[in-house]
Amino acid sequence: MKNYFDPLIVAIVIVACWQVLHLTVGDGSLSSPWSTLTELVHMLGTQAFWSNATETAKALGLALVIALAGGILLGVLLGVNRVSGVVAEPILLNLYSLPKVTLYPLVLLVFGLGLSAKVAFGVMHGLIPILMFTMNAIRQMRPVYLRASLTMRLPLHRTILHVVLPAVFPEIVSGLRLGFSLTLLGVLIGEMFASQRGLGYLLTSAMNLGDIRTIMAVALFLTLFALLCNGLLLMANRRLNHR
Amino acid sequence: MKTESILRAAVVIGFIVLIELLCRLGVIPTSVLLAPSTMVTHGADLLRAGKFNHDIGISLLEIVAASIVSVLLGFVIGLVIHALPRMRRALEPLLSSYYAVPTFIFYPVFIVVLGVGPLPIIAIAVLLAVVTMITATLDGLDRIPRALHKSGLVMRLPVWRSAFFIKLPAALPYLFTGMKLAVAYSFIGVIASEFILSGSGVGYAIGYAYNNFQNDDMYSLMLLILIAVTAVNMVLNRIDHRFQSRRQR
Repeated sequence: MKNYFDPLIVAIVIVACWQVLHLTVGDGSLSSPWSTLTELVHMLGTQAFWSNATETAKALGLALVIALAGGILLGVLLGVNRVSGVVAEPILLNLYSLPKVTLYPLVLLVFGLGLSAKVAFGVMHGLIPILMFTMNAIRQMRPVYLRASLTMRLPLHRTILHVVLPAVFPEIVSGLRLGFSLTLLGVLIGEMFASQRGLGYLLTSAMNLGDIRTIMAVALFLTLFALLCNGLLLMANRRLNHR
Repeated sequence: MKTESILRAAVVIGFIVLIELLCRLGVIPTSVLLAPSTMVTHGADLLRAGKFNHDIGISLLEIVAASIVSVLLGFVIGLVIHALPRMRRALEPLLSSYYAVPTFIFYPVFIVVLGVGPLPIIAIAVLLAVVTMITATLDGLDRIPRALHKSGLVMRLPVWRSAFFIKLPAALPYLFTGMKLAVAYSFIGVIASEFILSGSGVGYAIGYAYNNFQNDDMYSLMLLILIAVTAVNMVLNRIDHRFQSRRQR
């Protein structure tokens, strides 16, 4: 019970700050926690919200699968081959710290409007952290594992499948945790510019209408969803690290 | 190390040459991507004519402001949290899952609270950057060796002297890593918010050029950002490496 007590207080303090801010700037600028909650509950009952949410979920799912597969594949390749890893790392770090929104027009020109552009944008955000975590995990893996697989004369693909991947699995989950939130961000930003569906679109249209209650309700929904997924991955991560 | 730098340069240059060739041969149509050489010459023309100097100035100002605010604020908050272990335990899950929340969605709220202009953009960038600085500060304070604390006590240094001459230098490498990330995040926050909802700045100029099919302006500005980010990163990384190697000595 004590484990939950302090975070609960933090949550209460955040809600209290929200309420105070609401009272100082007024209802038209920032809706109160309670009215946001009722708006969210109301929204959860509508068909339109769920069709938007499924659209976003579909793009997020696809982007995550591609980012995870690509990130692990490239990470393994760059991790196993030392020189290519050292060569690629600063380039990747630089790409990571680039404001990728500015590349959005390019993505749109290449992929066109619609699902593929959103997915591509999500992948652009999420791939690099997963790749970096995988690569660094393989580099820091205990050399004795590789020596063991050499002694057993495993071919490369079996070494990767049975030795390398199980050894770096916890780090892949950490990479996925970071990659997950960035992919979500990428998909949402993608929807905000070039989409007629999805939660990102819902946000932009609410912004254009000045509909602060809808904005806050969607923001609350996304925040809770992101925190929930993050918490689950964090738990998985802890369990894996304790092994 | 030497051969790796050469290889890296070869990879980057090879990539640029490849794109240049593909564009020149018409494999990539000009409506999709301009040849890098065209981007460079057009970008130089733009800079010389000063068409976007105002926007560049505004963006730079916002980035610098956001970096300074987030570094100082993050450092102070980190100090406070470090001093209060119970609060830290409560905040830890929040800090570790902070980046899962897409901060941009609160932009409209900031516009209403802070008004239109550079302030909400700086606020978004700070919101994005401050947490890395907090975590880095906590990390740095955690890793000050106990022996250093004790030697401060042995020498009977007053609190502020041991803070300035022992603790701060010991935590500095970690603080610098946080600063480096905070600057990178400020870049991302500023440019992205300008792109999404703003009336000025480089991000806005890119969005504007995109909406008006001015591909030459758009790509030249993109290249400008790419070069600026790369240059800043390289400088910060070099300093960071120096700090890290000092730590391992």
